[in-house]
Amino acid sequence: MSSVQGGGRREEGGGIPRVRIGAAFAAAAALVLLPPPSSLLGQDLERGQVLYDKWCVGCHGETGEGDGEAAAFMLPRPRDFTGAVYQIRTTASGELPTDDDLRRVVDVGMPGTAMPGWEDVLSRGERDDVLAYIKTFSRFFDGGSPERIATGRPPRVTDDGLAEGRRLFEEELECIRCHGDAGRGDGTSAPEQTDDWGFPILPADLSENWNFNGGASVEDIYMRLRTGLDGTAMPSQSDVIDAGIITEEQLWQTAQYVESLSPPETPAVRDVIRAARAEGALPSNPDDGGWNQAERYYVPLVGQIIVKPRWFTPAVDGLFVQALHDGERLALKLTWHDASRSPDADWDVYFRGMIRTVADVDGGHVSEQGPDRIAVQLPLALTDGFELPYFLAGDSRRPVYMLQWTSSTDQMQEGTAVGMGTFAAAGGASQLTHAATFADGEWQLQFTRPLTPVDTTQSLTLVMGRPIPIAFFAADGTSGEDHMRGAVSAWYSIYLDVPTPTQVYIAPLVAALLTAALGLLIVRQAQQRERGA
Amino acid sequence: MRRLMATSVFLVLACGGGEGGDGGGGGAAASVAPLGNGTISGVVNFSGSVPANPTIDMGEEPECVEKHGGSPIDPVVVVNDGKLANAFIRVVGGLPAGPYPMPAAPATLNQDGCLYQPRVVGVMVGQTLEIQNSDPLLHNIKAVPTENRGFNISQPREGMSTSRTFTTPEIMVPMECNVHGWMNAYVGVVEHPYFARSGEGGTFTIAGLPAGTYQLEAWHETLGTQTGEATIGPDGTATVEFTFSS
Repeated sequence: MSSVQGGGRREEGGGIPRVRIGAAFAAAAALVLLPPPSSLLGQDLERGQVLYDKWCVGCHGETGEGDGEAAAFMLPRPRDFTGAVYQIRTTASGELPTDDDLRRVVDVGMPGTAMPGWEDVLSRGERDDVLAYIKTFSRFFDGGSPERIATGRPPRVTDDGLAEGRRLFEEELECIRCHGDAGRGDGTSAPEQTDDWGFPILPADLSENWNFNGGASVEDIYMRLRTGLDGTAMPSQSDVIDAGIITEEQLWQTAQYVESLSPPETPAVRDVIRAARAEGALPSNPDDGGWNQAERYYVPLVGQIIVKPRWFTPAVDGLFVQALHDGERLALKLTWHDASRSPDADWDVYFRGMIRTVADVDGGHVSEQGPDRIAVQLPLALTDGFELPYFLAGDSRRPVYMLQWTSSTDQMQEGTAVGMGTFAAAGGASQLTHAATFADGEWQLQFTRPLTPVDTTQSLTLVMGRPIPIAFFAADGTSGEDHMRGAVSAWYSIYLDVPTPTQVYIAPLVAALLTAALGLLIVRQAQQRERGA
Repeated sequence: MRRLMATSVFLVLACGGGEGGDGGGGGAAASVAPLGNGTISGVVNFSGSVPANPTIDMGEEPECVEKHGGSPIDPVVVVNDGKLANAFIRVVGGLPAGPYPMPAAPATLNQDGCLYQPRVVGVMVGQTLEIQNSDPLLHNIKAVPTENRGFNISQPREGMSTSRTFTTPEIMVPMECNVHGWMNAYVGVVEHPYFARSGEGGTFTIAGLPAGTYQLEAWHETLGTQTGEATIGPDGTATVEFTFSS
């Protein structure tokens, strides 16, 4: 790129015509001889290595084999650069990625993995230098230019097209074998999948497109279908088109159907979860239509990496929260995706792979699959100050009130805690009710409790009209998450709507009546005056 | 008609190697003449107790179970009368410098009854490997090489056929199906056409060689490798034996 600028630079002071012509020739020659601007040729490899050693080596390792110090705690593992096997490409299965394919991953990262985007950390030039250096780890990069697959344009989205896409997804291409009926990565072949390096991997949850490694647009999805994700079980469908079994348009329809499995907008993360006052009775179970009136709030979760035993590969990376109250009770519904209903014998192969693969330095892995678990915590007492209990289950100074649910026994317990692992179940009769359902890789859990508990030393009075801190914990037994291993949220707030006072409705009515009466009085007086005159 | 006959002769020559019919065999190809017309015949023995092959739970695929008469076995070690099948034998020394003639016919890897047929197949660098689906269900074919570029392609329908080639010699390229985790095959990629797979009777032939002494290596997926030597004399034949044990 710099040569192009140099060759085309205007000669200072005009120069003689012959020189100008020469410069023009040089510029033209440079344009012809130079690789396309997207190529990484001519980068500063030394600077690339310095940057790599600073930013990348911790995960990807000194020799690029994906074996940095942190690698053993990660799943999926950091990329081994030596084989030049890359998931996100615009080239055919088995081909090398283009430089722009590599740039994309470095720029925006790999959502749903530990790989962050570097756009805001390193300059374009620095990122290109690092990429050029990374390419030197593999003998497969020999200076050739891999061919980008031409994809054409997507057809218009129609109901018929989506129905055809669904048919292809379910019957013709049998995507459901891995991705499951609802696309949540819970197909019958899902538990046994490993990547090319033998590490367990899960099929993508196609209903959470914000985690798509290669982007969420229909063009991105189509490209993943065409190229496959090398290094994983996801095959390329290009040969299916070449063999005349499906058309390009049908593959676009498949991509459009996949796109339709996710919400149209990536769920926003909001600080305050509003519990509206329910119209009619509170829902009695997670499938109750009454939940349709409650907004869904997305709460992201991250691995619990502070209190031992820590966990760096959380299975549940977010949940949806809905809340309603009726002035007497609060109903909370949690919805989260989990491909397995733990413990599940069909998933034992995945569980074994997980505990074999993910390093544990905090006391050893559990030896059998545990249950799926959820915990919801609130402060045991509300204070007027801003100070919150420690977000990991509080401490002795500021305990938390906690609700814990376990899939294997389908039990929900109330209690208090003064730190992770200190849960003490509350005594006395519980007024807590709950119901849980599992289908197609999705848990739904509803629980209901009175706003005012019987014993306020063991529970919290839920006050309407003020934000109450709330936080969440989730664990997947099939992924080896036991004890404190799991995913946690930061503190959020839940706000119970205050019932509208009756006077809010009466006052305007009274005002309107008074106004009308006054008007009538004025009119009557005016009429009497006229008559009198 | 003449052209057809010529093609037939060509094919017969091309399929000269290997009991399994899939040896490179040094058959004639258009650009490079055969190096010779000598043949190495061999047998792969097995001594000791034969390890039991695992059964496969194919319950999810009744069509495949049916093809196996109800009780599918994973044919990891196949021994008949002390002879070992599915060993991959190739010449590793003694060859004149190339170029070598390309086998005229493509090699074939078939998915039949949710198993690969054959389990072991050889190709010369650049020779077409034809991958076929004879099952009425979805397979994907994933090649996981280290020296070559891999691939992972979908074959959702019976009768579908896909062709691929390899660029670099590699012993062996594992092939797998991610829909059916039990499916395993191995492709031997060789720089020349002098390779073969031992058939059900443990025998194989490698044809198209000039007179001379050759070093050979036999590979088996779980039993390791064995080496041997064979000298093709003036009569154009040689024999060699390998013995694997458990």
